[in-house]
Amino acid sequence: MIVANRKPVSEIVDMIKDQKRVLVLGCKGCVSVCSAGGEREVEILASLLKLGCQKEGKKIQVTEASLVRQCDKEYIDALDEFDGEYDAIVSMACGVGVNFIANLRPMTKIYPALNTLFMGGSTEQGAWTEQCAGCGNCILHLTGGLCPVARCAKSLMNGPCGGSVGGTCEIHPDVPCIWQSIHDRLERLDRKSDMLTIAPIRDWSSAGHGGPRKVQRDDLTV
Amino acid sequence: MNFTPDIQAFCCHYTSQQSCSENSGGLPEEGFPANITINRLTCSGKLQVSTLLKAFENGADGVYVVGCPLDTCHNVMGSQRAAKRVLAVKKALEELDVEPERAEMFHLERGLHPEFISVAKKMDEEIRTLGPSPFKGGAK
Repeated sequence: MIVANRKPVSEIVDMIKDQKRVLVLGCKGCVSVCSAGGEREVEILASLLKLGCQKEGKKIQVTEASLVRQCDKEYIDALDEFDGEYDAIVSMACGVGVNFIANLRPMTKIYPALNTLFMGGSTEQGAWTEQCAGCGNCILHLTGGLCPVARCAKSLMNGPCGGSVGGTCEIHPDVPCIWQSIHDRLERLDRKSDMLTIAPIRDWSSAGHGGPRKVQRDDLTV
Repeated sequence: MNFTPDIQAFCCHYTSQQSCSENSGGLPEEGFPANITINRLTCSGKLQVSTLLKAFENGADGVYVVGCPLDTCHNVMGSQRAAKRVLAVKKALEELDVEPERAEMFHLERGLHPEFISVAKKMDEEIRTLGPSPFKGGAK
């Protein structure tokens, strides 16, 4: 899922300082699962925005809603029912949702309530870690299913750096060295010899360095 | 300054109702401040962050939660959850540059104990010292 967290309330209050009516818009997708922008978080942010504005001596009307997703046109169409009820949207979706609304609603002011962080999963209650960098050229079949692009601080492709100590990363001592994990896992699977294959210099052109990427599936269109 | 704070207390069934029922003379007779309103919860773990924030929206100068001791909650982890939510409210108050002491969590034994009265007095004193809620800024 896409993992995000909420911006400081004071930052959001400042963004909307000139608005009189805002729609706080949650997303029931990824950000709901990571407790950053779902229905419950919408309720909390709506309250905080009202309090923040009250403190500044300003009155604001806050409407609350959540869409199934903010990254699909058909769900964004559901915003029609709120037309005329707000001056700006405060989106609690990831950056994709904010962009989608900006794309589809040329005259609507939209502000982000979240900082979008990474693609990851919940490794323990209340904690999420990055697992995939979306680099566009997956090599997990060579590394036992563990990604050195996303999970090595240096994105090394040919084994650990010299700083790995006791199986942990020298940059983040609380993070396992993913190359140590890859080694241990391949050894368990009797595939340790895979590590002797030298990875060639990587072509990063699939990783977004050439601008926004696009997937076009002709088989899905009529 | 003549200021009587509006304080909303959120208490679990075991700390609030037993406190009331075991005290035939009523809580005020024991010194429980009259400006504190008790909101009864089935369990403090039932409390949501938004409930505490709404209390501030509705004019409270301070809010506090009374739940069971951390290791003897009737519902196992209810009071632990409540404590986390109070912490979230404190953090949000700080983000808005408002005193986090306006929200507090207390863990008390069940039934009517002097502590139930003393934490109420402590909270009343604290909020009187802090003054009216900054959220009563007079929205225009």
